[in-house]
This record gives sequence, C-alpha cells and structure tokens, in this order.
Amino acid sequence: MAVSSVAQQRSPMRFRGRSYMAFALTPEPPIVDWLAELDNWIRSSAGFFVGRPVVLDLAAVTLTTPAIAHLIAELGTRNIRIMGIEGIEADKLGPGLPPLLKGGRAASVEAVDSTAASKPAAAVRKEQSSLLLEAPVRSGQSVFFPDGDVTVLGSVGSGAEVIAGGSIHIYGTLRGRAMAGMSGNRAARIFCSKIEAELLAIDGFYRTAEDLDTALRGRLVQAWLNGEVLMVTAMD
Amino acid sequence: MGKVIVVTSGKGGVGKTTSTAALGAALARAGQNVVVVDFDVGLRNLDLVMGAERRVVYDLINVVQGVVKLPQALIRDKRIETLFLLPASQTRDKDALTEEGVGRVIAELRAKFDWVICDSPAGIERGATLAMRFADAAVIVANSEVSSVRDSDRIIGLLDSKTVKAEKGERMEKHLLITRFDSTRAARGEMLSIEDVLEILSVPLLGIIPESEAVLRASNLGTPVTICSSDSAPARAYTAAARRLAGEDIAMTIPTDKRGFFNKLFGRRAA
Repeated sequence: MAVSSVAQQRSPMRFRGRSYMAFALTPEPPIVDWLAELDNWIRSSAGFFVGRPVVLDLAAVTLTTPAIAHLIAELGTRNIRIMGIEGIEADKLGPGLPPLLKGGRAASVEAVDSTAASKPAAAVRKEQSSLLLEAPVRSGQSVFFPDGDVTVLGSVGSGAEVIAGGSIHIYGTLRGRAMAGMSGNRAARIFCSKIEAELLAIDGFYRTAEDLDTALRGRLVQAWLNGEVLMVTAMD
Repeated sequence: MGKVIVVTSGKGGVGKTTSTAALGAALARAGQNVVVVDFDVGLRNLDLVMGAERRVVYDLINVVQGVVKLPQALIRDKRIETLFLLPASQTRDKDALTEEGVGRVIAELRAKFDWVICDSPAGIERGATLAMRFADAAVIVANSEVSSVRDSDRIIGLLDSKTVKAEKGERMEKHLLITRFDSTRAARGEMLSIEDVLEILSVPLLGIIPESEAVLRASNLGTPVTICSSDSAPARAYTAAARRLAGEDIAMTIPTDKRGFFNKLFGRRAA
C-alpha cells in the first residue's frame, strides 16, 4: 500500500456554479429618451435600484464600445451599477467593461426586505404562477414577483411595495405602492379593499397619491389601464 | 429559564427607555427577578431613568468583550432588590457589540433572571438589530401619530425576519404599547385613534399609557414611574401592561389622573 503524500491528500481546487437574481435593463433607441424615461421612473421610485444587481441587455440597440462605456457611466451617475452585459458580441467589450453574460432567463424573485433577502422561505419555485402572502407586507419590505399575480391577505404598509408581473389583489388596506404588469402586461389590474396607496402603476403607467381622486380614499377600488391612462374606479 | 423581551420602536423619543424602566420595575415589584439591559451604546439613558448613573463601573461592552464577568457589571436597584440594571457604555459605539458576545451575555442573563428586558436604541442599524436578535418577545412602543406608526411597521418587519426566532421559523411574540396617548387630542382628530393604530399595525395591544407630567417628573428624579408615583395614571397603565405581559387577562382601560375639584380649577395655574 502506498502512503499518499500530503500533496496528494489535498483536495483539488473546485469551482462551483452559483446563480443569482438580477434585474435586466433593456435600453431602446434613442438612448437619450430612454435615459429620460429612466429618470422619471427613478424620481417616482427613488432608491429602487440601490443594492440590487442589474444587468444591461443591449439586444435592442447597436452601440460602439465607447458608447457602451458612456451609457454605463450615465447609469453610474444614477447609482445603477451594472454587473454584466448581455445581447451583444463579445468583441465589443473592452477590458474596462463588465463581462458578457449568456443564458439568462426570465425568473421570479420574492425579495422580502430590499436590503437583504433574509427569508429562506422566500425563494419561489419556478412553476408558480401566483403568489399568496398571508402576513401583512410591512413598511420597508419589497415583494417582487414578475411571473404572475400576487395576493396579499393582510395590508401593505406605508413604505412597502408589491411588484407583480400580473395582477395584484390586496384584501387589507393598501398604504404603500403596488406595481402590476411590470413585464409589459397591460391587462393586469390592481384590486384593493381599502385604498390609501402612495403609488399605483400598471406596466409603468403610474399615479401617485396626489393624483388620486380624494373621494376614492378608503374605498374598495380597482386600477386598470385604459390605453395609456391609469384608471382608478370604485367597486363598492 | 427567563424570558427575553426587546423594547423597540424604530423611531426615537417615543418612550422606549421610560417603558423599559417602568415595565421592569412593575415586574420586579410583583416579586419577579428582572434585569433591564441598555443597548443604546454611546447614548445611554437607562441608567439615568433608573437613577443609577453614579454607580456605573462596568458596562455591557465590557461584558460582551469578556473584560469583566457579568455579576461585576450588574447594578442592583436600591428600592427593589429583585431589579437589576446592565448599563450601556457611553464612550463606545454600537460597533463594539458583537453578535456572539451579545448572544453569550443574553444566554447568561436568561439563566439568572425571570425577565431580561432589552432597551433598544432607535433606528434599524446594528444596535437595534442586536437588541432584538435573541429576544423571545417584543414590546413595540408607538405614539399615535403617522411617523411613529410607520417606523413601528418597519420594525415589526425586521422582528419577523432578522431575529433568531424568525430565522428558525418560529413566531415572534409581539405586543403593542401605545405611549403618550392624549385622549382629548385623539377625540379632536389631532392624533390617530387607537383603532387606526391597531388596524395599521395588526399587533395585539399590551397597554395604552396616557400622556402625563408624572412620566417626565419620574425621569428627572431617576425613578421608574411605576415606583415614584405608583398611583398616577401612567403608573397604573404600566403596571397593568406588565401584568398582561406576564400573561394575566386584564381589561384594557386608559387610566386618568383623578383631580379634586380645586385641583381641577387651579391645578394648572398652580403647577
């Protein structure tokens, strides 16, 4: 029997794959207009991108290497840090740019507490097309579910947010913000049994509390899209 | 095994320290072994409210860092012998607290006392999260106004996600203590009503402490209000809250200060 040397006993170095959820930003030409629209969005949802991993999808635009660097710098001034780029050829990316990513697919995340996803139970299985939350969504918590409808049995606190790919149903009071149809679903609606919302949005068309008819406050309402106008109507 | 309670609120100035001292003293007066722990490292106040500021030698940080043993830092109350204080350090900051150290100290306190009441600092940073980290139950102190209620909502979210209990998948026991309540102003709609606060926070009510000069007077005297003027309205409210915390079923009332006829007429001017 050979006595193995110390060097042989050392286990070989291993690299393990690990997957993370990231937001994908997809700029559309003209970039200047797209940035202006992004600014609007940031104004109404300050801090939305803080601490969130963001990927830049450049499939919809044709940019030179310096233009890509410029775009990333522009996003940097808006506190959006890009961790990777997809949708272009590898030779367009110089050494100073984030790495090219491939094989991404649309995914669902429920990040309870925007600063750190701390609930292991929050990981959502892929086949789920709706999300049911039995506990209230507390101030500072963020529920993100791009794959379908979100139903909240409790209230959504002031300073909390629910973001869904489909419709949002809230059986308690909505005091925070609700954003439905986030991945382009204009048929999505928001229902809540008592509205005190800070912001309602469907597919990016939004209304803040200020633009909301005061006669609707505290009532059972639904929000839906009529063309490009977000309508809020009472249901009681 | 004792029960570890965190007194927390998110917002500052709502009455965490006053409530910690008052609840601790009320439980101790009922014969329980109680320690109140000041987690507000760098901005300590509990020693003042407990009237022990001249007797602080060692503090929580010394114990957390293992410089001294726990009994060396505990200060026994001069009025109630089953009441102890573990003061915070005024010269350090919250970074001096480590999770392992706090866990060890809490475990040691839990073995020694019936009740370990942790006075959390305001905010949601390190001091506040470590104060709640090992708790079995939380007393959420809120005033009936919107900013306090929203901050309490935020803290409840953290209690349900960042505590050891929550991470084990257990339910964190939560109690709402509404302090500085002014029923006249609430009736005029200048404050949120109790019903509004309960509806927003959906946490069971532990007590309603009326706004009272007795609280300020007690703080300045360095005596928990439940000892210093034990028949005042806030003291009765805190004593009832402490009994509810211990599991007694007591009807919820808002005590008022009864004033004599002359006091009613001249009380304000004379004071």
